[in-house]
Amino acid sequence: MNSSKSWIKAYVPDLNCTDQEFFDAMTLSGTKTEGYTRLDKNLEKIVVGQIKEIAPHPDADKLVICQVDIGSETIQIVTGANNMKEGDKVPVVLDGGRVAGGHDGGPLPEEGIKIKAGKLRGVPSAGMMCSIEELGSTRDFYPDAPEEGLYILPEDTEVGADAVEVLGLHDTVFEFEVTSNRVDCYSILGIARETAATFNLAFNAPKVEVKQEADGNAADMISVEIKDTDLCSNYCARVAKDIKIAPSPEWMQRRLASVGIRPINNLVDITNYVMMEYGQPMHAYDMSTIAGNRIIVRRAADGDKFTTLDGQERNLDKEVLMICDGEKEVGIAGIMGGENSMITDSVDTVLFEAATFNGPNIRKSAKRVGLRTDASGLFEKGLDPANALDAINRACQLVEELGCGKVVPGVVQVGLPIKPLKRFALEADRINKLLGTDISKDEMIKILAKEEVEYDAQSDEVIIPSFRQDLNEMCDIAEEVARFFGYDKIPTTLPKNSATTGGISFKMRVEKKAREIAQFCGFSQGYTYSFESPKVFDKLLLPEDAPERAAIRISNPLGEDFSIMRTIPLNGMLTSLATNYNRRNKDVRLYEMGNIYVPKSLPLTDLPDERMQFTLGFYGEGDFFTMKGVVEEFLDSVHMHGKVSYDPDAKKTFLHPGRQANIVYDSTVIGYLGEVHPAVCDNYDIDTRVYVAVLDMPYVVEHACFDTIYTGIAKFPAVTRDISMVVPKDVLAGDIEKMIRQRAGKKLESLELFDIYEGAQIMTGFKSMAYSLVFRDKEKTMEDDEVNSAMKKILNGLESMNIELRS
Amino acid sequence: MINEQLEKIREEALKQLSETEGLDRLNEIRVNFLGKKGQLTGILKSMKDIPPEERPKFGQLVNEVRAQLEKEMEERKAKFEEAARNARLKAEVIDVTLPAKKNKVGHKHPNTVALEEVERIFTGMGYEVVEGPEVEKDYYNFEALNIPADHPAKDEQDTFYISGDILLRTQTSSTQVHEMEKGRIPIKMIAPGRVFRADEVDATHSPSFHQVEGLVIDKDITFADLKGTLAEFARQLFGPETRTKFRPHHFPFTEPSAEMDVSCFKCGGKGCRFCKGEGWIEILGCGMVHPHVLEMSGIDPKEYVGFAFGVGLERIALLKYEIDDMRLLYENDIRFLNQF
Repeated sequence: MNSSKSWIKAYVPDLNCTDQEFFDAMTLSGTKTEGYTRLDKNLEKIVVGQIKEIAPHPDADKLVICQVDIGSETIQIVTGANNMKEGDKVPVVLDGGRVAGGHDGGPLPEEGIKIKAGKLRGVPSAGMMCSIEELGSTRDFYPDAPEEGLYILPEDTEVGADAVEVLGLHDTVFEFEVTSNRVDCYSILGIARETAATFNLAFNAPKVEVKQEADGNAADMISVEIKDTDLCSNYCARVAKDIKIAPSPEWMQRRLASVGIRPINNLVDITNYVMMEYGQPMHAYDMSTIAGNRIIVRRAADGDKFTTLDGQERNLDKEVLMICDGEKEVGIAGIMGGENSMITDSVDTVLFEAATFNGPNIRKSAKRVGLRTDASGLFEKGLDPANALDAINRACQLVEELGCGKVVPGVVQVGLPIKPLKRFALEADRINKLLGTDISKDEMIKILAKEEVEYDAQSDEVIIPSFRQDLNEMCDIAEEVARFFGYDKIPTTLPKNSATTGGISFKMRVEKKAREIAQFCGFSQGYTYSFESPKVFDKLLLPEDAPERAAIRISNPLGEDFSIMRTIPLNGMLTSLATNYNRRNKDVRLYEMGNIYVPKSLPLTDLPDERMQFTLGFYGEGDFFTMKGVVEEFLDSVHMHGKVSYDPDAKKTFLHPGRQANIVYDSTVIGYLGEVHPAVCDNYDIDTRVYVAVLDMPYVVEHACFDTIYTGIAKFPAVTRDISMVVPKDVLAGDIEKMIRQRAGKKLESLELFDIYEGAQIMTGFKSMAYSLVFRDKEKTMEDDEVNSAMKKILNGLESMNIELRS
Repeated sequence: MINEQLEKIREEALKQLSETEGLDRLNEIRVNFLGKKGQLTGILKSMKDIPPEERPKFGQLVNEVRAQLEKEMEERKAKFEEAARNARLKAEVIDVTLPAKKNKVGHKHPNTVALEEVERIFTGMGYEVVEGPEVEKDYYNFEALNIPADHPAKDEQDTFYISGDILLRTQTSSTQVHEMEKGRIPIKMIAPGRVFRADEVDATHSPSFHQVEGLVIDKDITFADLKGTLAEFARQLFGPETRTKFRPHHFPFTEPSAEMDVSCFKCGGKGCRFCKGEGWIEILGCGMVHPHVLEMSGIDPKEYVGFAFGVGLERIALLKYEIDDMRLLYENDIRFLNQF
């Protein structure tokens, strides 16, 4: 929402502050101001000049030499313009002055353009006569400006006067961010009312009086019927005759231009002006096109087509509200009128419409017909029904004032009855209790009066003006009081009673531990999106029937690439690694802690299972066992290492078939790790080995523990036995170790693989392995016999696994 | 006679000791004189040749010599050892300005750094950190927060929908409702988490980002408490000199509502390029929990009040670390991450 300061001042005449003061004060009282633009920026030393004489340039066909009266003197200016004649009055920038832009209307330079006296093709020129583009504006906002050439000022302009003033450019346009609850502030009057309250000044709303000088009565000329009152609660119609289409006056053009609306003609400008002033969109129909002198407001039928006044054919359906006459549709309610009832220059009688339409319906209709207009943008916010009558009367007043036509007496207004004003108790004590303040009731009443909220002392109630649809109960009034009392004057305290202990959950502690361990191990934390492309499944070589392919689809995604909720965290990881690889970053280690979304059924009827995944990935230095080490560091840190085993039969299509394993905790698969399949690496354009690990955190959290119980430090000596053996290649170290641990008994303190070898001296299909076993008794020195008997059991076990001892 | 021999041994030994120049030679001397086959041991064997009455005296003499030599040898040994250590230390001088051998630890994501800061501050004030679902029901994301169907606020937050009444939450405020429904009052919580809005990716927008929601519900909570709490938060987050400014605003789930600005932590509020000359930086939205919201979650608004606030984590990270492009947060270039 934009407004020029001068337009606001029209209703708050005593407003007298700098632009920055205005900006700050309005923002602090709740009308947030995004910024402001001075229209006279870089316009310096520009006066009204009158061209006294035009003579040809002796050395240039395209230039002429003008003698220009600037009031104090007559100066000579050479120009290339050719749209002027002797006697014309034009804006003249004098030597040392400045203009905003070039004559081509391109982007305005920050510092403007400095103008100096000089010579043009040998002839002295003391300044420059300006086009509207040089003054920083365009023909859109000064429609009387020529397509090319100087801006010619009205004949009655005073020579030597400040041309910027004459053009209405000594003004500042403010851009307000109006919040959705303050529909009334999408109008200059609303902003002006806030301004008056903020600066504690008088607010002079326009005095609306319509003389109604035409004959007849509107009710005899038009009847209105609303068939769908759920979508149109109120419809006002008025008629004006003897319309004379002409440009609107300067002041109206300037105000419209200042808020970015292009002046067209008096009639169109009046409807736009009232829309800006009152926040109530209006429409004008050529009465001669309205069949049967009837207006009917009803829903369209499915499949209807309608041509709007921009010449576009629109597809309608039964939720789109239409304005119709006795025979046909003449406009899409609240969005745009029809080509068939459009005002032309030959119009004689005009039907004005100011109505209140259902906001959400207009929003949806605008989307469906693919046309969002200034009007629909306002209607969709849900307008005050009481505003329509004021607005249509204001428009009629302007028709009279501008000499645009004669208004027919009477208003045709139909619809639901306008609701009486809301009233509720003031509750000053509760307001103070909510705010933590000690504001007297009298002060509150004074503050509220500034916002036109009246107080009825008899009933101790506030009476809410109709335009404040957002004020419904005590807390709303509290905000009004707080805003104008000043948020900054409210004390700052801390809650007194709320004794709570606070802290983070166990789940968060485990996740934090995982992050710490990953970081200790050199992994940096990445964040990736939760949604991705369904192509991910093919990139990861997942089979057609993989459960991961059952992913939740977003019904309105930003695009196919962001259309499904991830069911596997690897795509984000591999994409991030690929980014790094592509940028030639060496030895990259990343981890992510993020959810996957596992639907219970599809289409989704219930919320999915959101499972936190701890995903690690790296390339460069390290191998499978490096990754395994990180996993174990973490599982150690949450006291889970004891029951963890690795199952190579993980069946992950995206991992190297011989270098992958499920991470199993006490027979539950809690994750997996492995080298990424080279074909998958190809799909991500990574030309090196990549290792990943994924831990399903809900399982980890279930079994994690941070409690430690100390075990005594051994006092008695240990007995060490080494065994060296030849093992069939397909026998897993994990199985050998499991067997050794089972058979060695509780006194086996540690078991360490200290050598593994394949190659010369070892038969093909076999590997040599050597373990060091340490036995210790906590109570006494270990007897040899005991160790020997344990070793014998182990050796028997090895034999049963077809493992031979090496001599 | 034998005494002279002993004296000679003493003299010879002392002479040799005085000429020694290293530990090896010292050992040789030790073996030579004090060893099992050494000269002093040898002379003891001549004891049998002297009259028994003189033997004790002679023995005493031999022990004296032995003690003297041992002492001398210890002293020389200590001297040599010290010299040897000094020589070693001298030889071992290193260039301490050579590069360090660092354990390559990983780094936190800036979002996490910011989150941990926020969590530290609020848990210190007795807040519990809670979580809620990212895929959420419309009711929790909108309706229970006083945003009924067709409310214009729904337009302001372009929502990703899944199906029916299921959507991707647009705000962590949804977690407030889950906490209030548990019915345990007082509530003092913050809820960090991922939220989603249908914004195209660019330098300042991301379709997925993070918020931290805060909620306090109790008797006698005031807007002044809200101001005090958030001013303290700002001081802890941005430094003790930080000033705060509360501006009226509108959120459907709070009334009165406010936006909080902090004095620019780069220029201290004088105005700089960073704060676009304004001296203030917008940080968060907040307000007193709307009575409809309390009511819908089964809390009696006549008895209880509360305040709520929501802060964008990325916003804090971008501001604090002067990150100029939000896309950097999601591409995970290690050269970026390693700076945090």
